[in-house]
Amino acid sequence: MKAFADLYRKLDAATSTRSKQAALVDYFSQACVEPASWASAAWAAYFLAGGKPRQVVSTRLLRRLAIEGGEVPEWLFDECYQNVGDLAETLTLLLPDYHPGEPLSLADWMRSRLLPMRSLGDDEKFARLRSWSREIGSDECFVLFKLITGGLRVGVSRLQIVKALAYVAQVDEAQMAQRMMGYAATGRILEAKDFAALIGEVGGIEAQALEQGRPYPFCLAQSWQRPLDEMPAVLGESRHWQVEWKFDGIRAQLIRRAPGWRLWSRGEDLISESYPEFGALAEALPVGVALDGEIVVTRTGDHAGIMDIAGIAPFASLQQRLGRKTISEKTRQDLPVAFIAYDALEWEGIDIRARPQRDRRALLETIVAAALDHAPAAPLILSPLVTGADWSALAAERERARSLGFEGLMLKAREGVYGVGRRKGSDRTDVWWKWKLDPMSIDAVLIYAQRGHGRRSGLYSDYTFAVWSDQEGAPQRTLVPFAKAYSGLTDAEMRAVDAIVRRTTLETFGPVSSVTPTLVFELGFEGIGASRRHKSGIAVRFPRMLRWRRDKPVAEADTLGQLRALLPVHADG
Amino acid sequence: MDLMAPSPFGLQCEAGGFYIDPWRPVSCAVITHGHSDHARVGSDLYVCHRSTAPILRKRLGDVAIHAVEYGERLIKNSVTISLHPAGHVLGSAQARVEKDGDVWVASGDYKLEADGVCAPFEPLRCRVFITESTFALPIYRWRPQAEIFSDVNGWWRSNAERELASIIYAYSLGKAQRILAHLDPAIGEIYCHGAIEPMNAIHRDAGVRLPATRSVGEAAKKAFAGAMILAPPSAAGSAWLRRFGDYSDALASGWMQVRGNRRRRGLDRGFVLSDHADWPELLEAIAATGAQRVLATHGSSGPLTRYLRERGLDATALETRNGDGTMSEDAAATPDPP
Repeated sequence: MKAFADLYRKLDAATSTRSKQAALVDYFSQACVEPASWASAAWAAYFLAGGKPRQVVSTRLLRRLAIEGGEVPEWLFDECYQNVGDLAETLTLLLPDYHPGEPLSLADWMRSRLLPMRSLGDDEKFARLRSWSREIGSDECFVLFKLITGGLRVGVSRLQIVKALAYVAQVDEAQMAQRMMGYAATGRILEAKDFAALIGEVGGIEAQALEQGRPYPFCLAQSWQRPLDEMPAVLGESRHWQVEWKFDGIRAQLIRRAPGWRLWSRGEDLISESYPEFGALAEALPVGVALDGEIVVTRTGDHAGIMDIAGIAPFASLQQRLGRKTISEKTRQDLPVAFIAYDALEWEGIDIRARPQRDRRALLETIVAAALDHAPAAPLILSPLVTGADWSALAAERERARSLGFEGLMLKAREGVYGVGRRKGSDRTDVWWKWKLDPMSIDAVLIYAQRGHGRRSGLYSDYTFAVWSDQEGAPQRTLVPFAKAYSGLTDAEMRAVDAIVRRTTLETFGPVSSVTPTLVFELGFEGIGASRRHKSGIAVRFPRMLRWRRDKPVAEADTLGQLRALLPVHADG
Repeated sequence: MDLMAPSPFGLQCEAGGFYIDPWRPVSCAVITHGHSDHARVGSDLYVCHRSTAPILRKRLGDVAIHAVEYGERLIKNSVTISLHPAGHVLGSAQARVEKDGDVWVASGDYKLEADGVCAPFEPLRCRVFITESTFALPIYRWRPQAEIFSDVNGWWRSNAERELASIIYAYSLGKAQRILAHLDPAIGEIYCHGAIEPMNAIHRDAGVRLPATRSVGEAAKKAFAGAMILAPPSAAGSAWLRRFGDYSDALASGWMQVRGNRRRRGLDRGFVLSDHADWPELLEAIAATGAQRVLATHGSSGPLTRYLRERGLDATALETRNGDGTMSEDAAATPDPP
């Protein structure tokens, strides 16, 4: 555990990618030559890649530990927590100093201490945690509570882990990315052999992964943000590009291998069980196929059973479906899903990602047609191609996206291979571009602020925004909250807003402060829908701050009427 | 009537005709220490400890000062006032005010750990204790300074081995000299920012032993590899740093106790080193006064007074403008408003 805590501390303190990389390489090379530490290294890679064990201790119990162990009243714990902005850290700072005990490896901690906790009663868990926390230093204590709370975010990207492991194992990065697919799935229990599989010889491991139904690393899109007139110069003629709608769903890979099938989310969690209706669809595919695509909810009523993109329900419906723990027959009826296929990554059990997009598309069309032939009712949609004579014509198509409920267009080079991860640079052919609609925007007033977490702990960085209920001059007009946003400001702006929040606080409710309305921001969002759950009757998607309108008095901020005007005509929530 | 009470000018002793650390000009200002949020310009007369006098002259110019020794008694209108060591920075003092047997003590800023630079904190008995509460949350518990300085020197040494310059941001009065006094000069040269050198001179004049330092401005560019540089927090991220070539930087402040504060600054290291009392020290100091009534100011006065009230003391928060904004010592590194 100490070795891992040291690594964590180094990563946490590092201010450059290079020094993070060096710390990772150090740790994993050390582990490589000591098979006794492979199990620990397997866990380390798991946690750093974002893996979470199922939570074995409730937050309530951790609070109790801080309160009783730190000998502070509950309100004072809350005060501390709000200042620190991180439960694991608050615990570490409040619990008494330690008396070193027997050092235990990360794997031992997991195997003999944390994982078996699931079956224990709260009092026993409490007693154990209290005594363990006394045996370890503060770095280890912090990591321990991070492992328990499942939020080991330390500013290391997945790509960095892949790079470090690739370097240590002497395999290329694409191969390591492939080995890491599904590695960090929730609730896994790691052993020495899992690390061995990461760093082992090329060949055997890959074949094994295929058998297990592991997915391929997702190709992620870059955002195209340059003006239309630069498109020919940078991208060439539009006929070299495959253009599709950008759907607002859940990215996933549908893998059909013998035996059975699997559905993987972009977060690399196995989600097959949440979408049982894809079973029949997968059965209709030949063995040895992997499709990349998007899960969407389809409309019911008149449109029921019609599998085309006009039948896609707004994202809000998908969110309802995502919230379900168990998928009942009623859920399946009320919120039916479909898979929009837009790429084929594997055919006849062979990885075809290196073949050009146009070949993969042709193959995809054949695969989808055959599957629908086999099972006409299968919830499978071929992502349609968007056509236009040139970039201007495509730009005009893009404008239709909003009324269709899409986010914009996707541009994929016809000659391009299927890239690994997010690639930078307009000279590459394995780049996918997302050419999104410009966000909608509204000038809104900041009315509540809450202190942030992590890097922004202690700073008022999370804000609630409101618009006016009525025109200026209307009697008794009020500010109606409609969105929360916490991104888009520079650090300096955030500090300035923080200072103003502190000066203008009216009341505090726990971590939230209400302020005298003085700040106006231009708020951007990707989508807007009617909502019965929100007081304003409006829900916006991906709200963020585009600009601080220092020039605009609060009285001139926008109104609910102006916000409603942005609703799509047929919005049905 | 209370012997001392808040006023728009600062904490006032009407009977004695003076104010303690006023933020607006008054006729008689008793100054607990030389930090600029406690010692402000414009008053007719400044009363302070002997070691604070040169600091005030340096910062406020040619002002009228009545300098006293610790424990020396001044009597005005049957009010007795005396200054006693607060252990915060050179010349820092608690103000003890007595009238008709009623004793009040205004702590100013203080810490209990002896730092080897200034006179250590002296506990005083009183009926009413006006305490600072900058770090009044139980998450603030300092490690002994020997451990911190061992980390500082270890960090410097490892940077020096890699021929990196080491830059520590620290407040120019107090923190900088406390660090200087505990650096290991065997590791390399020590340079100070132009704002720090004059404060070093004042410390040396007062008999504080500091290692040899040079002003950054005097040195050739190549000189900084492996050296230690002390600079005020405002230098972080500025163009002034370019001259140092490859460097590693750190901030020394109590706020570095919280990881978010550390990470937000994008510095290589944060040393948890404060000249303010931590939570256990505040409770210890308050208990040692035997005070029945406690007024807390600056920082987490709300939590501290609530905690004390729950333990049977008469405790309330006192609004002051000491310790606000960028001027206060640790505030240079706080998440508070710039």
